[in-house]
Amino acid sequence: MIGVIDYKAGNAPSVYNALKKIGADAKMIRDGSDLDGIDGLILPGVGSAEATMASLAETAILPELTESVCRKKIPFLGICIGMQILFEHSEEGDVDCLGWLKGKVVRFDDECVRVPQMGWNEVSFCRQHPLLKGLGDTGYFYYVNSYYVVPAEKNDILALTDYNGDFCCMAQRDNIMAAQFHIEKSGPLGLTLLKNFVDIALRGEGFSC
Amino acid sequence: MLTKRLLACFDMRDGMVTKALRFQDNFDIGSAAEIACKIYEDQIDEILFYDITASAEKKPIDLDTVRTVAERVFVPFSVGGGIRNLDDMYRVLKAGAEKISIDSMAVRNPQIISDGAKAFGSQCMILSMQVKRRGKSKKFPSGYEIAIDGARTFTGMDALEWAKRGAGLGAGELCINSIDCDGTHNGYDLEITKLISDHVSIPVIASGGAGNPSHIADAFTKTGASAAIISSMLYSPKLPRNYPVSEIKDYLTARGIPVRPFLK
Repeated sequence: MIGVIDYKAGNAPSVYNALKKIGADAKMIRDGSDLDGIDGLILPGVGSAEATMASLAETAILPELTESVCRKKIPFLGICIGMQILFEHSEEGDVDCLGWLKGKVVRFDDECVRVPQMGWNEVSFCRQHPLLKGLGDTGYFYYVNSYYVVPAEKNDILALTDYNGDFCCMAQRDNIMAAQFHIEKSGPLGLTLLKNFVDIALRGEGFSC
Repeated sequence: MLTKRLLACFDMRDGMVTKALRFQDNFDIGSAAEIACKIYEDQIDEILFYDITASAEKKPIDLDTVRTVAERVFVPFSVGGGIRNLDDMYRVLKAGAEKISIDSMAVRNPQIISDGAKAFGSQCMILSMQVKRRGKSKKFPSGYEIAIDGARTFTGMDALEWAKRGAGLGAGELCINSIDCDGTHNGYDLEITKLISDHVSIPVIASGGAGNPSHIADAFTKTGASAAIISSMLYSPKLPRNYPVSEIKDYLTARGIPVRPFLK
């Protein structure tokens, strides 16, 4: 069973719909008690880091979520803002985030490129990982973001995209995986990636890759 | 490299896709959900629905259709028409839409742009603008006026001024709908699209008038548009021929315009 964390500022329905499309068992997670029996967790996101952190705090799910991901090592996938808030700090609203991964979130330079980055951009995978099975070396995925992560640990970078220079668009450490682009809105390639995550969650794969 | 986007835009009335000429004289094409599925399978980059029942007749947004479409398409899906406040935005997002398009309501109450951007992020706020060519004057330095309510009411506002203000208030994208070109199939209004895209740093969407792939190429090579809206040329039985997305993408690729590759 895959749990999709449903909080006010998120787009959980889109992720839930994509999971249904690929035939995965999924349920919405609205409080800590919903986490029982979950094999994998997805934190979707749209909007701002500040609103997302406030909205998550409102649901009072954070202690149980942290326990599940950081101690029980349940496979976890953060999407878009759900990736950004895994890091320590975001420039957006100058807000402290979860800090499960080391690094910060910064804004694209709108002197150089249109911000937000909006549209399909090419993702180049940096290393092998079960999450990327069947995707080849590169693929186009859908972005809507004004901010991007700068991981402190280079080894956490899983993929790069060029927008005014390369930025980290996928990160992974142990059971924590994340993508800046909208996996659930990236057509067939996004659905492949999501299926890979479900496989990892159900088989417990991918922890030490 | 970030690619140029093709957006399929549908006017929706009572769950049906309907088509208008110069914002009037609507006729039905087919069910919104079916057409959205077909165009998703055809690998469109993005889908935009305007609920014209909600906007014109002041009825609630058709969330059932929004939900049905969201369950079937896995590319970005935006909804506009009849969104009056933050609660409406929240309902549309929860029904599975990625973005919200606001138009007349933003002119009446510009703060809705900043409130929406603060609550849900700029990236899900499309400011859609109906622009009418007027000729340059002291009143309209850009040569274009903003209209609202399906081009029925003219506001006296200059199009470029409104675009800049909207961007400043937190809109994430500007959709420039030409009243003069809408439904003509003779090409986009390149002049106002270029003028606005040259003066804002957020993405601009060209809208109104596409009849064949060369019009889209013009929008991408002669203006700073990041995306182009197509509708009739995809599906309208009133046109001599329709164009599949793959053919449009081949045409653009052959002219050096970056697009998301068509998956064979």
